[in-house]
Amino acid sequence: MGSALILRLIAQRLALGVLLLFAVSVLIFAGTQILPGDVAQSILGQAATPQALENLRRELGLNDPAYIRYFRWLGGVLTGDFGTALSNRRDIAEALGGRLWNTLFLAGCAAVISVPLAILLGLLAVRYRNGVIDKAISGFALASTSLPEFFIGYLLILFFAVELQWFPASSTVFDTMSFGARLQAIALPAITLTLVVLAHMMRMTRAAILNVMQSAYIETAELKGLSAFDIIRRHAMPNAVAPIVNVVMLNLAYLIVGVVVVEVIFVYPGMGQYLVDHVSKRDVPVVQAVGLIFAAVYIGLNMIADIVAILANPRLRHPK
Amino acid sequence: MAEQPRKKVQEAARGTGTLLDIRNLRIEATVYPPGEDPKNVVIVDDVSLTVERGKVLGLIGESGAGKSTIGLSSMGYGRGGVRITGGEVVLNGRDILGDERGLRKLRGKEVCYVAQSAAAAFNPAHKLMRQVVEATLEHGVSSREEAEKRAVDLFRQLSLPDPENIGDRYPHQVSGGQLQRVMTAMALCSKPDLIVFDEPTTALDVTTQIDVLAAIKKAIRDTGVAALYITHDLAVVAQVSDDIMVLRHGKTVEWGDTRQIIEKPKQDYTKALVSVHAIDHEEHAPTPVPILTVDNVTASYGGGRVKVLRDVSVDIHPGQTLAVVGESGSGKSTLARAITGLLPPESGSITFDGRTLANRLADRPKEDLRQLQMIYQMADVAMNPRQTVGTIIGRPLEFYFGMRGAERNARVAELLDKIEMGKGFADRYPAELSGGQKQRVCIARALAAKPKLIICDEVTSALDPLVANGILKLLLELQAEEDVAYLFITHDLATVRAIADSIAVMYRGELVRYGPKGKVLTPPFDAYTDLLLSSVPEMEVGWLEKAISNRRMEAAGN
Amino acid sequence: MLDLKRIPLSALIGLFLTALFLFAALFAPWIAPYGNGEIVGDVWGPMSATHLLGTDNLGRDLLSRMIYGARITIFIAVAATALSFILGSVLGFTAAVIGGWIDQTMSRFVDLLMSIPTLIFALVVLSVLPSTLITLILVMGILDATRVYRLARAVAVDINVMDFVEAAKLRGEGRSWIIFREILPNALSPLVAELGLRFIFAVLFLSALSFLGLGVQPPDADWGGMVKENKDGIVFGIPAALIPAGAIALLAISVNLVADWVLNRTSDLKGGRGNG
Repeated sequence: MGSALILRLIAQRLALGVLLLFAVSVLIFAGTQILPGDVAQSILGQAATPQALENLRRELGLNDPAYIRYFRWLGGVLTGDFGTALSNRRDIAEALGGRLWNTLFLAGCAAVISVPLAILLGLLAVRYRNGVIDKAISGFALASTSLPEFFIGYLLILFFAVELQWFPASSTVFDTMSFGARLQAIALPAITLTLVVLAHMMRMTRAAILNVMQSAYIETAELKGLSAFDIIRRHAMPNAVAPIVNVVMLNLAYLIVGVVVVEVIFVYPGMGQYLVDHVSKRDVPVVQAVGLIFAAVYIGLNMIADIVAILANPRLRHPK
Repeated sequence: MAEQPRKKVQEAARGTGTLLDIRNLRIEATVYPPGEDPKNVVIVDDVSLTVERGKVLGLIGESGAGKSTIGLSSMGYGRGGVRITGGEVVLNGRDILGDERGLRKLRGKEVCYVAQSAAAAFNPAHKLMRQVVEATLEHGVSSREEAEKRAVDLFRQLSLPDPENIGDRYPHQVSGGQLQRVMTAMALCSKPDLIVFDEPTTALDVTTQIDVLAAIKKAIRDTGVAALYITHDLAVVAQVSDDIMVLRHGKTVEWGDTRQIIEKPKQDYTKALVSVHAIDHEEHAPTPVPILTVDNVTASYGGGRVKVLRDVSVDIHPGQTLAVVGESGSGKSTLARAITGLLPPESGSITFDGRTLANRLADRPKEDLRQLQMIYQMADVAMNPRQTVGTIIGRPLEFYFGMRGAERNARVAELLDKIEMGKGFADRYPAELSGGQKQRVCIARALAAKPKLIICDEVTSALDPLVANGILKLLLELQAEEDVAYLFITHDLATVRAIADSIAVMYRGELVRYGPKGKVLTPPFDAYTDLLLSSVPEMEVGWLEKAISNRRMEAAGN
Repeated sequence: MLDLKRIPLSALIGLFLTALFLFAALFAPWIAPYGNGEIVGDVWGPMSATHLLGTDNLGRDLLSRMIYGARITIFIAVAATALSFILGSVLGFTAAVIGGWIDQTMSRFVDLLMSIPTLIFALVVLSVLPSTLITLILVMGILDATRVYRLARAVAVDINVMDFVEAAKLRGEGRSWIIFREILPNALSPLVAELGLRFIFAVLFLSALSFLGLGVQPPDADWGGMVKENKDGIVFGIPAALIPAGAIALLAISVNLVADWVLNRTSDLKGGRGNG
């Protein structure tokens, strides 16, 4: 029956995701090898003696060919060993742990606010299509896709942290903090992130629902004399769930990227800030590690979106 | 203009006769032309009609005649921002307009709807049975158990296969012809007084169409439901209707009982509709040397995996027409692709004007390309929307004959004249032309190359009957003037009768019957040709019953 | 023809502001009251008659910095957009018309590039490349070209299967006629509408990079860089950083309004004269 076909399609999609992740790891590794000169030079600076350079190269294994270094790096990554940072010689995996959690917490909070809000506003926009609410919503969407994250972020800081002093201007968090205090600390960055993705998610939700509502089978339901509520519940929702989940996943992926800038604005100790710091220090192992993790989350969310679409398609669930 | 049938007056006196009474209906819509201010257009203007209990009224007209809009108005429904702005719709003795809550109680209970594309009208997420009984349960007509039992009965009445279990399937698991019948069952299930059939057989293949038509007719008769039957095909509507109303541009042209409309039409427009296809074309005898010979051609897609053409051999004679007939999937368009070189044949050869054609398009000399032209089904996508008519017709002149400037323009004007359009059209863009004009421009473009053979791929099937007729007449005239041969691909046998000198019947990639027109259309027939011939609706009351009882082969897809 | 009264108000506002920004960018040295790096007053001086927007974190005239910043921001964004468009559309059209393994290889590579978030990939590459204008333009242009490639290829593939293209092939037309005379005129409107959106993306992307300290390097500054320079004032209630941030938003909104209008004009249009 259908389940075998579905399992096969999902297995295929998972395999594709893994393949993609490997290809991305190659790309990220290759991307950091195009440097003119080498890592040893950039660590020790122009004044380094040839002997010192040679020692460092040997220590870092830079004399091996690129593909060997790649597999050594990949082997490490697969066993949870991201190597050591060049700038401070600390273990990367250790430094990442807490930061990854912080980033996911922030992104999660933003998602908890933005997803229901976006779907609600999207539904409202469809319900009052071409009306005042719809126009206001699409005007807001146009404006907010044009606003850089730091404009929203600093505006919020100026009002809520400096003028009103409701929230702190920089989101310092530490392990012993209570949950409530933590929430207060990340309120502003979470709102900023929400505003950044909200418009996009809402616009896509609106389009997805509208697409379903304009189908011929909705007209059939109307001509059966069903109430508007029943039409939406019985006929629109089962078909709209997949596209909406798809929209949500794509926007969560988008949110993960938005996190980078927002963390810098609010000096929040997450992955994004860690990445940006080490890009300026040209600390390649850290950049590779963080880049790969961001890419993995992004690919994972896109994969979930595709799998939901497979699961929700009645043609695949019930093949001929 | 409207002809009031006399018996309406008599039955109205009895008080039970009239089910639906539409008076002076006016329907408008707002259109938004790009870059202009929105404007109002009148879609239906002052139309009145009545339907008696248990009777079928056929609404017929070209696209844009307003027939679907009228049909939906009987349910108080306007599709896509269409507004009913005048008149009354009286159903079961009460005016239904302006009472939104009352409309909901009436839809699905008193009036049901059968759409043109059942495939789109069913919700892909639910099983058929759930959708079939939904309106019955919603309106509390009967319990679920009874409703499902009635649905199964209806499936059986409509000769659906496996009536007990077909309801457990999802829409995409059932063929188009079957789905159309399930939708009819869905409309009948809540025991409505009236069903609106909106072109229910138009999207089906011709051999499937007549089965569905017969099933619908039987179901209407057995249940005693009244119906509005909407179609653009007069021959189809003549089979199921008691009365017919002819519509054009949103106005009534003529209204009368079926026999009168078919046999003694009063208005010129109706007369033209009835006599469409009545082109007399004497067949020419084959010449000794054919212009094109297709010899044992086999072709397939996907590197030999799907054979779409098997061992096909046909001849086309200079200045004559070979019609290739068949249903979708018969391989008739593939034959054209093989001849043009778009799909190089696997085996067999094609000889054109005494020389063998290269298999691949890229290997053919320009002269071969010039002498073999093509006209497409959809004229609007066959022309570059960014080029003017002058450029479109002028390009082959430039490309093949190196004509430039005034010489080219003069020839373009001449060609425009030939297709009965003035030279003023040279500056127009395709978007500014009507459907028929577009196809004429495509014909002119083909003629510009001075070809010996033109492949016509379903060139009239996207057009309204009268326009299509004009195109066929033009093609015949041009053939006489230019001595060009046609390979005419069509699924429509009426068109074949009108234009062909010889006929090739194709079925599942093979040639099943081939020869001069007179011979092919004379019995004894093979089973498939018989099915095909007997499936073409004729403008004759009672034809359907005769055809069904005489056929020897079951149509595919049932 | 273009009828001024037909243009909606929103598009007029967008056109006016876009023109204003372009004017500032082109004539920066003539209209800026002070030099770009010239220190003329106190740190974060308030708005006044001599310094209309006040002064920045080093005491430079903010208005002058903004005008020069417009120049750098718009120059880099235009250059990157141009690069992404030329690269993306040429490759996209080629892939669509030629098809086969060339199309497959290019499309899979683009899929791969797009499976990494653009900002993340840019950061990875910028961690090893020298921070110069050329690097920035190349990185932004190449990464953004993937989106143009997808659009151009999709549009061209749609057009390539139309009967009028087949008719041209049957007539024996060469590949260049098919690309430039049959496909290109029909692909132009979606691509032009996309141009505006890609430019906005380039502006926002550049600003983000500079804000993170990885874009334009001091002492030059684009608007994103100016936000970074002045961001420490925010906690003291000094809104200097919001001025360049607001300018970025305003430029993006203006171009968005124009692009929206162009998109609406062309999307309804199936062909013909192209002036609606």
